[in-house]
Amino acid sequence: MNILYDERVDGVLPDVDKAVLLRTLRTRLPNLEVLHQREELKPYECDGLSAYRTTPLLVVLPRQLDEVQGVLRICHELRVPVVARGAGTGLSAGALPLEKGVLLVMARFNSILHIDPDARTARVQPGVRNLAISQAAAPYDLYYAPDPSSQIACSIGGNVAENAGGVHCLKYGLTVHNLLKIEILTVDGEHLTLGADALDSPGFDLLALFTGSEGMLGVITEVTVKLLPKPQTAKVLLAAFDSVEKAGRAVADIIAAGIIPAGLEMMDNLAIRAAEDFIHAGYPVEAHAILLCELDGVEADVHDDCARVRQVLERAGASSVRQARDEAERVRFWAGRKNAFPAVGRLAPDYYCMDGTIPRRELPGVLQAIAGLSTHYNLRVANVFHAGDGNMHPLILFDANQPGELERAEALGGQILELCVKVGGSITGEHGVGREKINQMCAQFNSDELTLFHAVKAAFDPGGLLNPGKNIPTLHRCAELGAMHVHMGQLPFPELERF
Amino acid sequence: MRSADNVDTSALLLEQVNQALQYATPLRIQGANSKAFLGRSVPGEVLDTRGHRGIVSYDPTELVITARCGTPLMELAQVLDKAGQMLACEPPSFGAATVGGMVASGLSGPRRPWSGSLRDFVLGTRVITGHGKHLRFGGEVMKNVAGYDLSRLMAGSYGALGVITEVSLKVLPKPRQSLSISLELDTARALLRLAEWGRQPLPISAACHDGQRLHLRLEGGEGSVMAAHERLGGERLDASFWTRLNEHQLSFFDEGQPLWRLSLPNNTPELELPGEQLIDWGGAQRWLKSDAEASFIRTVVTEVGGHATCYSHGLVNSPFQPLPDALMRYQRSLKQQLDPQGIFNPGRLYAEL
Repeated sequence: MNILYDERVDGVLPDVDKAVLLRTLRTRLPNLEVLHQREELKPYECDGLSAYRTTPLLVVLPRQLDEVQGVLRICHELRVPVVARGAGTGLSAGALPLEKGVLLVMARFNSILHIDPDARTARVQPGVRNLAISQAAAPYDLYYAPDPSSQIACSIGGNVAENAGGVHCLKYGLTVHNLLKIEILTVDGEHLTLGADALDSPGFDLLALFTGSEGMLGVITEVTVKLLPKPQTAKVLLAAFDSVEKAGRAVADIIAAGIIPAGLEMMDNLAIRAAEDFIHAGYPVEAHAILLCELDGVEADVHDDCARVRQVLERAGASSVRQARDEAERVRFWAGRKNAFPAVGRLAPDYYCMDGTIPRRELPGVLQAIAGLSTHYNLRVANVFHAGDGNMHPLILFDANQPGELERAEALGGQILELCVKVGGSITGEHGVGREKINQMCAQFNSDELTLFHAVKAAFDPGGLLNPGKNIPTLHRCAELGAMHVHMGQLPFPELERF
Repeated sequence: MRSADNVDTSALLLEQVNQALQYATPLRIQGANSKAFLGRSVPGEVLDTRGHRGIVSYDPTELVITARCGTPLMELAQVLDKAGQMLACEPPSFGAATVGGMVASGLSGPRRPWSGSLRDFVLGTRVITGHGKHLRFGGEVMKNVAGYDLSRLMAGSYGALGVITEVSLKVLPKPRQSLSISLELDTARALLRLAEWGRQPLPISAACHDGQRLHLRLEGGEGSVMAAHERLGGERLDASFWTRLNEHQLSFFDEGQPLWRLSLPNNTPELELPGEQLIDWGGAQRWLKSDAEASFIRTVVTEVGGHATCYSHGLVNSPFQPLPDALMRYQRSLKQQLDPQGIFNPGRLYAEL
């Protein structure tokens, strides 16, 4: 089913008189920058998932908070849908605009308001880039832990909206674990403070609810994050394995040894070769899988843990274990992993990045099944994996210029995500549902669960004007998808093993 | 595990909820009732969750445990302990607390500022809703951003949004080394030191000041703990101190003046309030024994960005700090959506919820 907003199954959107809206915005918010001409709107038609594009009705670029409030009030009065957007780096089309909606760009709110080294907090505007927080905190030997791979560009407001992750989640948590407080505006422009400068706040935990809510419940206008002292040292081990199973077992063995690495990443052979070709990180290109294990903390502990992990890796059957000799080599080891996406991107004109999570013990079976799907759809798949927390990023290679390949890539991706659900995982670990995985939500949740999600939405946005069509599918959409499955009389691709 | 320890009575609980929905009977959801002193008194029929108990699954290498709501917290702790793991946020058991009550109250112990709160460790829940359905949210994986995070919303909701029947929690290996010390320091200097140490990679995992002495727990690998001990000095302290602090068994918590919990920004200076104070969480949680008026205490803590909860039952009409009007309106709206008939612990958190 089409991924772009489909009023037939996603719900009828109010018809908006663009001229009236534009006139009202200009009259009531004379200083607000509004883009409304076709060529001006073009750059905003997609986020980081560029396969899906819709030209917004209007784009507004406020500089003052009262302008954001004004936009929300006007849109609420005139019943105009609003899609909020930060840096637009999201990978699930969460900020995909609507033809009948205003795109509210928060990127200009890019001030760091206050760093408090004694409280170890940073209060920032939502458009501040993730990495800029750590840079501003660096003079105090503090940093902001969550580090999504887009951290040089992605904004903290978007990080909160998506509950962004990164490579250090197992030890340091997701965005939700590193937040103290957010300021938000509701759909009608009312201001609320969620959370506090203290570690908790009374009442229902709306901070937790809003984190990862994908712009469906309110618009984030300020964020207070926790800062951590920089670890004294970080060391990384690179282990090669002649089978993915062995590498998977090694991950479990490290955890069983009572060690929580700062980062624990796995790559399969196709990803290893691509990264090595691109970055020359020194990866063993013959290996079926490599593990990168980073240990950080106080010097003495890291030293001991490295010895322990090395022993575990060797016992798990690693064909080689190398510890980065110096900082330059550590950075090079990581560069291969951090550039795995663009590296794989060089193997084909297009790639499609998936984001499922699974219980780690299911890894060998899931990788085997992905290999089967890859053969079936005749599309190559490279696997990079946040192995510590079970978050897989299969990268499906395709060529959008070949008729049918994008559709095949989508179908293959959808199958992978449904597989993740079947083994007890989730369709998205850190990229969000957005528009991209709206259909797979029907596989992860039943209609009663989806109904409850809609009830939560109704508590904050009864008119459904904030980011309609994202995150939670309508029951109508799921019913039509179900009918498609039944229509085929059986599950698609019955020859594939399922577990 | 013995079968008596592992019983699924969710069908019965669901039936009881459906009956309550049919007759609009308010329910008082209750495990061991170990936290009866918290919150407002709730009218209604008791829904006893203790029968629904047992560990559903636990794989130490996945760092996840799933348990039914009636499972005693002590039992959960023992199972984890055997595998060398723990609930890092140290929820108190106040006697016989159950897993359901642990999540519903969302309380965390001394390690909280460093480990995260109980809510931070919730990965998934099963909940009986106000629509009479038994639903599953979240799961057993560390990262999961599909749909709204209703699991973490349940933590600290005091049962007002549904009956928590099952929870999956992230668990962590116990630290290899743990050493507790105490240093003679007055309150003002202790708070300054804590702020200074907080900016350094020191292995502190608990910090409590009793007015005269600063009690610290150092945890991590052997090397870091020994190095920190050498640097900080101090006398050795029995580790049971932290349990007694967490379970309110220190003499400070003996009956007497009303007990208040103050939640504050961690670097808040010494607060001028009548009565006695005990500082925990490195400054972010302070216990106050005081006869001062609730409004006075709350004015003082609100000014510094905190809030105050009354732990002496029945003393004030709103033991949890009243919310700003707009925020209360949205909390009510959420309650009405998830519990339209208002049958789950009505009024336990606030009269309006």
